Amino acid sequence: MDLVLHVWRQPGPDAEGRMVRYDAPGIDPDMSFLEMLDVVNERLQTDGEEPIVFDHDCREGICGTCGMMINGVAHGPQGGTTVCQLHMRHFSDGDEVRIEPWRSAAFPVLKDLMVDRSAFDRIIQAGGYISVNTGSAPDANEVLVPKASAELAFEAAACIGCGACVAQCPNGAAHLFTAAKVSHLGLLPQGQPERRIRVERMVAQMEAEAFGSCTNHQECEIVCPKEISIDYIARMNRDFLGTKLRGQIQAKAG
Amino acid sequence: MKWIRDFYRSSLGKKAVMAVTGVLLFGFVLLHMLGNLKLFLGPEKLNGYAEGLRAFGEPILSHGDLLWILRIGLLVAVGLHVVSAWQLRRLNARARPVSYIRHKPQAATYASRSMFWGGVLIVVFVVYHLLHMTVGNVHAEFVAGDVHHNMVTAFANPFVSGFYILAVLALGFHLYHGLWSFFQSLGWTGPRLSGFRRKFAVAFAVLVSAGFMAVPVAVLINLVR
Amino acid sequence: MQLNAKIPKGPIANKWDRHRFELKLVNPANKRSFDIIVVGTGLAGGSAAASLAELGYDVKAFCFQDSPRRAHSIAAQGGINAAKNYQNDGDSVFRLFYDTVKGGDYRSREANVHRLAELSLNIIDQCAAQGVPFAREYGGTLDNRSFGGAQVSRTFYARGQTGQQLLLGAYQALARQIAAGKVTMYPRCEMLDLVLVDGRARGIITRDLVTGGIERHAADAVVLATGGYSNVFFLSTNAKGSNATAIWRAHRRGALFANPCFTQIHPTCIPVSGEHQSKLTLMSESLRNDGRIWVPVTADDARPPGEIPEEERDYFLERKYPAFGNLVPRDVASRNAKDVCDEGRGVGPGGLGVYLDFADAIQRVGRDTIEARYGNLFEMYEKITGEDPYNAPMRIYPALHYTMGGLWVDYNLMTNIEGLYAIGEANFSDHGANRLGASALMQGLADGYFILPYTIGDYLARHMGDRVDTSHPAFEAVESEVQARVDSLLAVGGSRTVDSFHRELGALLWNRCGMAREESGLKEALEQIPRLRAEFWRDVTVLGSGDSINQALEKAGRVADFLELAELMCRDALGRAESCGGHFRIENQTAEGEALRDDENFSHVSAWEHRGDGEEAVEHREPLEFEYVKLTQRSYK
Ligand SMILES: Cc1cc2nc3c(=O)[nH]c(=O)nc-3n(C[C@H](O)[C@H](O)[C@H](O)COP(=O)(O)OP(=O)(O)OC[C@H]3O[C@@H](n4cnc5c(N)ncnc54)[C@H](O)[C@@H]3O)c2cc1C
Ligand code: HEM
Ligand code: HEM
Ligand code: SF4
Ligand code: F3S
Ligand code: FES
Repeated sequence: MDLVLHVWRQPGPDAEGRMVRYDAPGIDPDMSFLEMLDVVNERLQTDGEEPIVFDHDCREGICGTCGMMINGVAHGPQGGTTVCQLHMRHFSDGDEVRIEPWRSAAFPVLKDLMVDRSAFDRIIQAGGYISVNTGSAPDANEVLVPKASAELAFEAAACIGCGACVAQCPNGAAHLFTAAKVSHLGLLPQGQPERRIRVERMVAQMEAEAFGSCTNHQECEIVCPKEISIDYIARMNRDFLGTKLRGQIQAKAG
Repeated sequence: MKWIRDFYRSSLGKKAVMAVTGVLLFGFVLLHMLGNLKLFLGPEKLNGYAEGLRAFGEPILSHGDLLWILRIGLLVAVGLHVVSAWQLRRLNARARPVSYIRHKPQAATYASRSMFWGGVLIVVFVVYHLLHMTVGNVHAEFVAGDVHHNMVTAFANPFVSGFYILAVLALGFHLYHGLWSFFQSLGWTGPRLSGFRRKFAVAFAVLVSAGFMAVPVAVLINLVR
Repeated sequence: MQLNAKIPKGPIANKWDRHRFELKLVNPANKRSFDIIVVGTGLAGGSAAASLAELGYDVKAFCFQDSPRRAHSIAAQGGINAAKNYQNDGDSVFRLFYDTVKGGDYRSREANVHRLAELSLNIIDQCAAQGVPFAREYGGTLDNRSFGGAQVSRTFYARGQTGQQLLLGAYQALARQIAAGKVTMYPRCEMLDLVLVDGRARGIITRDLVTGGIERHAADAVVLATGGYSNVFFLSTNAKGSNATAIWRAHRRGALFANPCFTQIHPTCIPVSGEHQSKLTLMSESLRNDGRIWVPVTADDARPPGEIPEEERDYFLERKYPAFGNLVPRDVASRNAKDVCDEGRGVGPGGLGVYLDFADAIQRVGRDTIEARYGNLFEMYEKITGEDPYNAPMRIYPALHYTMGGLWVDYNLMTNIEGLYAIGEANFSDHGANRLGASALMQGLADGYFILPYTIGDYLARHMGDRVDTSHPAFEAVESEVQARVDSLLAVGGSRTVDSFHRELGALLWNRCGMAREESGLKEALEQIPRLRAEFWRDVTVLGSGDSINQALEKAGRVADFLELAELMCRDALGRAESCGGHFRIENQTAEGEALRDDENFSHVSAWEHRGDGEEAVEHREPLEFEYVKLTQRSYK
């Protein structure tokens, strides 16, 4: 099939960017979206033009490196899929495809379609862990985890940190990402000791990173490649509010 | 007090404030709507009800006191609700300084995206409405204390009715999202709640809108005169 | 050169214990005064960096991805082994040790493997405590599954995303140390060379992939945890960025490269769909627990699978290996798949595929159970191929997956360069000539959490107080070499893209040094590779500049190194005139077509020394001795 691409090209973080039109003829439906871009890039280079820069690594939907807006939707039209796993059979001959980078104050564009998502790392650094030094763990079966909690925690832990939730959210909120990590650890018995301080710190960091607020648009869960539910956002809200109120009660009592 | 400031500084805190005040406001409009329906029971009942509101709490409180307490409560709730809405909106605008050339929402509803401007419309309406029905200075035939008369004479004018209807439709949309959303903001979820939330929101959004709308419509079609 | 593996004396079960006692310790206050560079933040590097920082060392960690959480380890699906014997099915440390040595076709060190089996217990404990959401039974205890090459259920898993969950555990531990100021993280930063001062590793030269800045970093020890080199084949299951540059540059500075020809082919990958293919996708081997592998009995049978009756199907693994059936080790499964395809019985486009059929399993345990076990794999398969595996069998084909070869290290995981360590897939590892499923994660984490943090202290304790900083002339010299190399890649100005060279190299290597190798083919490759390399340096095109993000430049540097490494692989494969594990020499097979080892002549590690451009590498041998495991011809019949 033959496609027409409109791709955001921006030479550097502070440079002006613009949409540039490229023809992409002879695209095989079995190609992945990134393979389609590879083909375009090969041609650009042979013609002496610098290739389109985009982030990617595993190309199997697990590392969370890839991500771009395709016709106004993060990771493109197929739900529950990263762009590296999106295949061209979901497009048809003659389609015009608009490709833009994630747009968020917290994710500055580095070049073309590549953005800086280090804000996510800083949210994890703020408290997204269980403090257990190497060597100090008890036998793994000593702490029993009800299967249901394990499953619920797993579903949150599946987050690949791609940033699509932020990109798609009309408010540029990072609630789904943050909630997923808060919930993953907060649902497990191992995560209980730090549960309250974790949610406070992670939320505070999230807010310090210039992400927006959540007004429950539900966009994020639709584009999330791991289909993480916004129920986790509610859970984070509950943990956060509970922590704040309880903290007050304890302060009074103490 | 520091913890309140801390709490409010967080966007999650602001959302909680919006949710709590939103629910209070919802409580008010629900009761107000039910009260308005006494129109259909005739002037005595409706006017008696209006008077009853003022007399409530006597003799412990003097005439109209409770109403004032409620009014102040409402005013505070509206204030907090509107201020946090405004602040969150600014925050969200800053979170995406460069907008998309194309952005295609996948789930956000018309209601969820019009919360702010819908809210503004409601405020504008309420200001007009107070001058109209409570103070009476934009009402040509206003008679203090005769609520029935005030309503019937006002809604005979299709423009006035039209504006009221528009406003309560906006309120319906606002509640359609808001009454689902506040569960989320306050962290009330769970497998049993999730189906219920949507139904709850739809039911009350429709109920409130329709209930309010019944009054001007009934006057327009001469059902009540 | 004398290779000293420094294996401790004593009975195998006590070696590690005793060794730990004998290692010198650094007192807590002094740890602060040591800087350690860890390149790579996969399971090995991430766990090492976090553990070293917990101990008090100052750590600088590097990765080329935008976040340490994205290292290639994240893609591991199936699981991680541990001899916990939670299933009460007769597992033990000794059995895991035995299985691993046997699975590796007797080309690994007994002492290392035994230590690995011992530490497997601690790994699971550590990971569970970090909040890794392993699969659980209803009673809340950990669940296990079985995996290729073992008859006990000892594999711990987190659905099909075990690597991701384990890596997130390590990443979170690392994040905690970054927050504590003990680890300085350098993401999007690629190591391009190693700096030696007086024969000891004292630092690295990196390129900041965002600004293009070439930078110097000094330390008291350097740890390479940069993963494997399967991408030398262009098409492999590795992440696109996985590369050999760090270990190859270290090799060029004197580190020995061991067993480079030991590569592993994974039997259950999604077949190639066309010219554009950029990588291959693995589907967890655990699929073989329930899926049955077959091809039509007759060649060129073009009927759709559903129309081929039972008696016209050849379940070739079950037929040839009744004891293990579909669960034979990877190399055996892969080679058999290749054989049936060579006979013209392959299925799908190009005849390069065999069926992996779940119809029986779905009938036996129900669709829901199968969905619970493999749901995400089935989904992935459908996304990629557009076919629904619940209704039609999957098509699979072997693909390059893992490299057992890597930098030679001693029992302390130190290379022959003082102060240079290699851990995880980057070292020549404990897997011998073939790695069993679910044991790479185990090895990476054993190295990073539980071995390196002790052994590195022994080295540092012996070098208290002699510090070097980046103003040392050695740094300046290496930096200018790195700069010159970057400049020369940009200056070629030829007509072919980097990828086109990479593809050509990959195809050549797959044909000559892939699943089956032969003297004539290897010799041919040894002539073709230098030619291709010369053409690369004459005709590659790398547009843009070096002072900003330039992905073509990054790739060019990596491919240039692959073009050198490929030659060494072929040389090693040619020298090893036996078949063992993943290394199958056509000349060396039994009458039934099984790999035929030659323990007499090849029971050793081949460690190669770089002698300069244009000169042949020199082989050094570390003999392997087996005291506890009896060498037998592997048999999975
Ligand atoms: C698809 C797939 C599935 C697998 N499934 C399993 C399984 O189920 N069980 C199992 O046990 N094993 C499995 N394996 C194998 C296992 O995942 C790997 O062997 C293991 O994760 C390697 O870990 P590592 O830490 O050594 O390296 P990696 O995870 O590859 O990490 C390498 C790190 O080095 C960095 N790096 C590399 N070069 C440079 C450089 N020049 N400069 C700076 N940084 C650099 C990278 O950024 C990265 O952080 C699987 C492998 C694949 C490909
Ligand atoms: C009668 C009047 C009103 C009622 C009953 C009401 C009710 C609600 C409710 C229940 C919510 C949901 C809160 C949550 O999601 O947690 C809400 C949200 C909101 N309201 Fe109102 N509101 C009223 C007036 C206003 C006004 C005057 C504005 C003015 C600007 C406004 C703006 C908003 C906004 C922006 C939200 C945010 C939506 C969200 O965060 O989900 N509302 N309202
Ligand atoms: C058709 C719809 C409506 C009718 C007929 C109506 C009618 C009235 C009347 C008659 C009064 C005066 C009562 C009195 O003075 O005793 C009143 C007061 C008021 N109404 Fe409405 N109303 C309508 C809709 C609304 C809506 C949608 C809102 C808010 C969102 C609202 C908010 C108020 C408020 C705040 C007061 C003042 C209460 C007080 O403090 O006295 N009304 N309304
Ligand atoms: S929550 Fe989903 S969309 Fe957001 S970062 Fe995680 S995986 Fe991506
Ligand atoms: S789309 Fe945005 S508004 Fe909330 S529910 Fe998701 S973060
Ligand atoms: S490239 Fe890893 S998720 Fe897409």
